[in-house]
Amino acid sequence: MPDLLAARSQMAMSLAFHIVFAVIGIGMPLLMVVAERRYHTSGDPNYLDLAKRWSKGTAILFAVGAVSGTILSFELGLLWPGFMRFAGPIIGMPFSLEGFAFFLEAIFLGIYLYGWNRISPRAHLLAGVMVAVSGMLSGIFVVIANAWMNAPTGFTLLDGQAIDLDPIGAMMNPASLSQTLHMTLAAYAATGLAVAGIHAALLLRQPHNRFHRAALTVALLVGAPAAVLQPISGDLSAKYVAQHQPAKLAAMESHFETSRGAPLVIGGWPDVEARETRFGVEIPRALSFLAFGDPAAEVKGLDSIPREDWPNVPFVHLSFQVMVALGTYMAMVSLWAGWLALRKREIVANRRLLRLLAFGTPMGFIAVEAGWMVTEVGRQPWTIQGVLRTRDAVTPMPGLVVPFVFFTLLYIALAVAVVWLLRRQILQSPTHDDLPSRLVEDPRHA
Amino acid sequence: MPEPSLAVLLAGALMVSLNVYVVMGGADFGGGVWDLLATGPRRTRQRALIADAIGPIWEANHVWLILVVVLLFTCFPSVYARMSVTLHIPLTLMLIGIVLRGSAFTFRSYDSQRDDVQRRWGAVFAGASIVTPVLLGVSVGTIAAGRVPAAPSGTFIAAYVRPWLSPFPLSVGLLTLVLFAFLAAVYLTIETADAELREDFRRRAIGAAVAAFGAAALSLGLAYREAPLVWRELVGARWAMFLQLGTAVAAIGALAALSTRRWQLARAAAVVQVSCIVWGWGLAQYPYLLPPDLDYATAAAPRVTLRLVLTALGAGTLVLIPSLYYLFRIFKTRPS
Repeated sequence: MPDLLAARSQMAMSLAFHIVFAVIGIGMPLLMVVAERRYHTSGDPNYLDLAKRWSKGTAILFAVGAVSGTILSFELGLLWPGFMRFAGPIIGMPFSLEGFAFFLEAIFLGIYLYGWNRISPRAHLLAGVMVAVSGMLSGIFVVIANAWMNAPTGFTLLDGQAIDLDPIGAMMNPASLSQTLHMTLAAYAATGLAVAGIHAALLLRQPHNRFHRAALTVALLVGAPAAVLQPISGDLSAKYVAQHQPAKLAAMESHFETSRGAPLVIGGWPDVEARETRFGVEIPRALSFLAFGDPAAEVKGLDSIPREDWPNVPFVHLSFQVMVALGTYMAMVSLWAGWLALRKREIVANRRLLRLLAFGTPMGFIAVEAGWMVTEVGRQPWTIQGVLRTRDAVTPMPGLVVPFVFFTLLYIALAVAVVWLLRRQILQSPTHDDLPSRLVEDPRHA
Repeated sequence: MPEPSLAVLLAGALMVSLNVYVVMGGADFGGGVWDLLATGPRRTRQRALIADAIGPIWEANHVWLILVVVLLFTCFPSVYARMSVTLHIPLTLMLIGIVLRGSAFTFRSYDSQRDDVQRRWGAVFAGASIVTPVLLGVSVGTIAAGRVPAAPSGTFIAAYVRPWLSPFPLSVGLLTLVLFAFLAAVYLTIETADAELREDFRRRAIGAAVAAFGAAALSLGLAYREAPLVWRELVGARWAMFLQLGTAVAAIGALAALSTRRWQLARAAAVVQVSCIVWGWGLAQYPYLLPPDLDYATAAAPRVTLRLVLTALGAGTLVLIPSLYYLFRIFKTRPS
């Protein structure tokens, strides 16, 4: 395995692994806070039970997220010293801010997980809010750093050196808003609908279990609005990509020839040699309209990009199709759930919706993975779009296949352990049809 | 050219973060050492005490290391890049240690409480708690020895293995491990109201203090040959005399306080002692971040970056300090 490929594989694997835990780390605290708040207002002990059980799972996942994030902060240098030497002073700022956000997240998570009996219920809920807010901020800051790699601003390039740095300007790069919005919504949608899916599946077996009913309500409250808003934010992202990263857009859409009134290709397989898409369904002028808001607009094709600067077109196109398809499914199911809720119908009684939710359990996470494949692979061969090539950023150390194998084994072991432990947690959830539903007189935690 | 004072300030902030990581996060690793070495009839209670002490705070303590890394690559990017290349192997192994320590510790808390299951996770947790500090120390020792060049040259072994796989860096690794264990044992005497457990850890703390003295002497001796710059400063410079004196007073003070069972004083003295050692290394290298050629002024990022980071550090600290205070007040108030 060539060193560059090994380094890219290791980085891709580390990111793909970490993002799952990062997403959960952003989403779960909000679910726990909503559940705990509902307990405070309604006194229904199922919500307290829920917050406590979720917090156990979150403790496991957060720990793995923290350590896998640490791997990344070191790997930036271990694998890409050329990148960090160049980019450190420009995008260190969001990383520094992320450091503090992560600090708050870790501090208040410790208080939240271990403080049930040590602080007042109000202070406990507030600690949960702190975890949720700082978790969201950590994510936003890291995504801003990534956005800069797609749309590098805030410096002037002179003989390969960056001068006239403006780290704030770098944070305000054109990709920041659309990327942070898309990723934050994705975190809530993926976590919310995954949890909703798990409890929907359990409800299909035990329709009267109040614990799972409470869980489904809270999970949909967080996941469904995010899933409905996500296509709108996706449109914003696509418009940004169309304007600033034409090669990426062309790869996403498998758009080989620059043309006006370009059609949108759904599905299909890009034949890179023949420069055409096989078996795709074309919607006339739709790409021009979606990318630029004008059905006659010109959309740059891959023919406008030098061949050696193309990303892996089939991979990017396929990933993009997967993301959009899954996102559409999630938005549709969420709309239906919202419609039922608006008409005051019982979601729990609708077995068809429960089945659709259960079927969609992993979709948010698959969509997140696919979306990052589009972002990262679609930027290749650049690490910093138009500025630094990936092959110039890689470490000179040979034999990179060895750490790649090591980390692969490590991630497999961690994944197996996490799945095993979470399964244990879920299997322990209450199974009686009627859990205590009495209102407790004293709302303080037992 | 950046204002030198700004670069010094940030190098200082870096050292402070590293120092806090060592005295807080270091003790969490030390806890793992004592988990492994738990013996006698109170073995299970010792382990439970360690787990209770580390549980709520290790993740917050761990963030200090992230802060060190972020400050390093933002403010001194060439230092970070050079370290990452030459120290690729020890840093990678250290990372694996960090991952296994954190995850195994958490997995153990949430897995079945059956003995065999607990022991299996415990072994991973304790093993990783030993490997990680050693490799952290080895990396520091390699830097102190001036073996992190601008561009690696020669064979794979010469460029990526020999710089760190030699007696001096290894001795610093050993010293780091012993100091972390020392800190953990001293802190644990305060964490419990159980007099027997307190005595257990008192004995361990005294043992570790003696071992730390030996390890420090070994490192200093080896520095004469392998890290002459640091050795010269530590032995010859006037500031070093004061620092050596401070270390000695703190070390003796910690031992005396442990002997007379003045736990709070012992903890304070232990923190001072370990901090003196950290700063002794940092100051002995001054003005070099990577001796013998890369000093802080050359390595520093442009002024605008330094100034912004310093502002962020100031603002961040305002939020961080009360939060940390709250965390430690909740969990580290002495049980009555």
